[in-house]
Amino acid sequence: MKSKTFFWFVAPSVLMMLVFIAAPLVSVLIQSFQVTQPVMQTVETETCTPGFLTQTCTTEIKTIPIIDEVTGKPQTTTEWVGFLSYQRVLQMDKVWAAISAGQWGDILQIDFWKALRFTLTFTLLTLPLVLGVGLAIALAVNSAVQSIRGPVIFISLLPFIITPVIGSLAIYWLFVGDGILTVALENILERDIAMFAQAWTIEILMYVFRVWNNAPFAFVIFYAGLQTVNMDTLESAVIDGASRLQRLRHVIIPHLMPLIIFIAIIHLMDVYRVFEEIVGFRSQAHVISLQWLTYDFLVPDDAGNRAISRASASAMLTMIGIVILLIIPLRRTWRDHKGGAH
Amino acid sequence: MASKAMRQSVGLRALSNGFLAFWCLLASFPILWITVMSFKAPRDAFAASAWDVITGPETRAAGNGLSVLDIIVGITVLYFTIRWAFGVLPGLVRQVFPSSLIVLGWLVGAAAYAIAFIIVFFGILPPVLGVLNGLLGPLGEPIIGLTTIHYYSVWVENAFFRNFLNSLLVTAGVVTISLTVGTLAGYGLARSGSNLAFWLLIIALVFRALPHSVLVAGYLPWFINSAEILRPLLGDISPTLYGQPWAIIAVLVAINQPFTIWMLRSFFQNIPSELDEAARVDGCSHFQAFRRVIMPVMWPGVITTGLFSFLLGYNDFLVTSLLLDAQNQTMVPAIAGYFNRETTTTDQVEAVAAAVSIIAPLFLLVMVFQRQIVSGLTAGAVKG
Repeated sequence: MKSKTFFWFVAPSVLMMLVFIAAPLVSVLIQSFQVTQPVMQTVETETCTPGFLTQTCTTEIKTIPIIDEVTGKPQTTTEWVGFLSYQRVLQMDKVWAAISAGQWGDILQIDFWKALRFTLTFTLLTLPLVLGVGLAIALAVNSAVQSIRGPVIFISLLPFIITPVIGSLAIYWLFVGDGILTVALENILERDIAMFAQAWTIEILMYVFRVWNNAPFAFVIFYAGLQTVNMDTLESAVIDGASRLQRLRHVIIPHLMPLIIFIAIIHLMDVYRVFEEIVGFRSQAHVISLQWLTYDFLVPDDAGNRAISRASASAMLTMIGIVILLIIPLRRTWRDHKGGAH
Repeated sequence: MASKAMRQSVGLRALSNGFLAFWCLLASFPILWITVMSFKAPRDAFAASAWDVITGPETRAAGNGLSVLDIIVGITVLYFTIRWAFGVLPGLVRQVFPSSLIVLGWLVGAAAYAIAFIIVFFGILPPVLGVLNGLLGPLGEPIIGLTTIHYYSVWVENAFFRNFLNSLLVTAGVVTISLTVGTLAGYGLARSGSNLAFWLLIIALVFRALPHSVLVAGYLPWFINSAEILRPLLGDISPTLYGQPWAIIAVLVAINQPFTIWMLRSFFQNIPSELDEAARVDGCSHFQAFRRVIMPVMWPGVITTGLFSFLLGYNDFLVTSLLLDAQNQTMVPAIAGYFNRETTTTDQVEAVAAAVSIIAPLFLLVMVFQRQIVSGLTAGAVKG
């Protein structure tokens, strides 16, 4: 294909990505070093209330935003502030104070560090869980009778396809207050339980939700991979006296290795964005994630202002995080790709 | 095929099947349970005992319930609806519509079928059964509490249908535009072996990894102030992009592009390039070859990719909740409004009913397109 024809084929798609992905990224980078504020003016006002003999008058100095006469909106100024927004998000002064006082736990009270801690542990701990559960389901389906495979795949797809916010809400409703599963747990443990009152129980539910939600994806891909396992290798392994577990370790898993890496990469990308659980479980008081932090800055506060600069700074930090996370698996695939080509 | 040595021992097979049964229960339980909850009076829906939630004594006491007869008739009607949907309906669609309009035919057929079902099930059956129940005496007494009042208040009183229409608009826009744009790019990328194509794919992969909030932080200031920014260019017609459904469509299409072009590229690579080369030898340009030779055979891949675009547009919460205002809100962010004001248990059950309304179309989608979804998931992975 000539490069000119190629250009016309990909032009619409590339244009969309340039305008709506690349340009916003540049814009976020610039915004994170700027602060836009309404221009304020101080006005002296005298308010008088009628009183006996004389009026009581008070003079007040108020700061009010200047309203633009043309547009009717408050005038704003934008200034370059360097790393001020990053400083406001990271709150390094508090971090150093906590370190010098030896109170390491205090760092995790600061929103950004709390979010970072949760996002990273969540991303890394759900990965083996999802891979393990997915592989287990795939192996079980693969050895089940043909007639039940279709229905099982259908049921397995449901958690994956369902709207994540609704999925987390469904689990929330099972546990909230005296939800039936909380009651069941209370009966087993013989104690009073409130699942959404402290951080660690919420986190456990989040892990459960994420595995429930993502394991079907791993399962479907592993299941497809299992169909292409070389039967001859497997049979010769049997003849050599390999046990079932040894066959799994030395024949099946190596065969599935490219798929494991594929799922791992997709999983890192998707779970690093963890966000819907926090909305569904209403856990913002206890557990927050990086993407939720940016979202929270972007939602207008009570006065109707959005903290765009701080949102941009936290967005940039979030982005740096995912790039670092992905470098290791991507470099590995890159090397395999090169090694395979030569 | 499995030789004797490969066969599992009885214990292992029981373990494996038991695990599978447990997984199926786990996968379907939350969804089934909220569906049951949405049909009960508030006190039943959040009752501590599971049995009360299922049978719904409070709901029954309020006079809303199903008798044995209702249940038998209801199940029969449902059974035939599903059987005819897969047996009679396809034949009818093929008879009435010519094969060139088959896609339109399916849409019309499915919509008509759904409307007919709703009329029969919710319009005709209840009054008829009401009379019959009165005649039957003890058999006609309600045994299971069930009420559709929450659905009524969600859809009619709270005008959830408006959110539904917004969702429909956004999703339809996202699917059509991302497929049109993505198919061209996917084809181009599959047929070009150049370095540029390779780097485009790598950049798309990096874009795929970006959390969406990063992008929204970039859009927001521009969208809110777009009227002023565009004024020098467009004059007084310059729109405020914030709150516009079509701006959301553009945003979601762009967010979806990296995934779409990767997936379509892998489908196009499966179509032998000899096909379009033959057309080129016969004097077609690349675009003609694409239109006449490739387009007729690309539909399985396009449908699969379309399903995933649909899911992205339909399931999105973050982008739509930040960039749309209240009037143009889609269903998923609209439900957040329910649980923010959720003060009474009635509000909570209405939220449950709204949630079930949102996932019902997805349930149908998996039922009809299970094979395409599976092939789509594996398309990218198995070839590596």
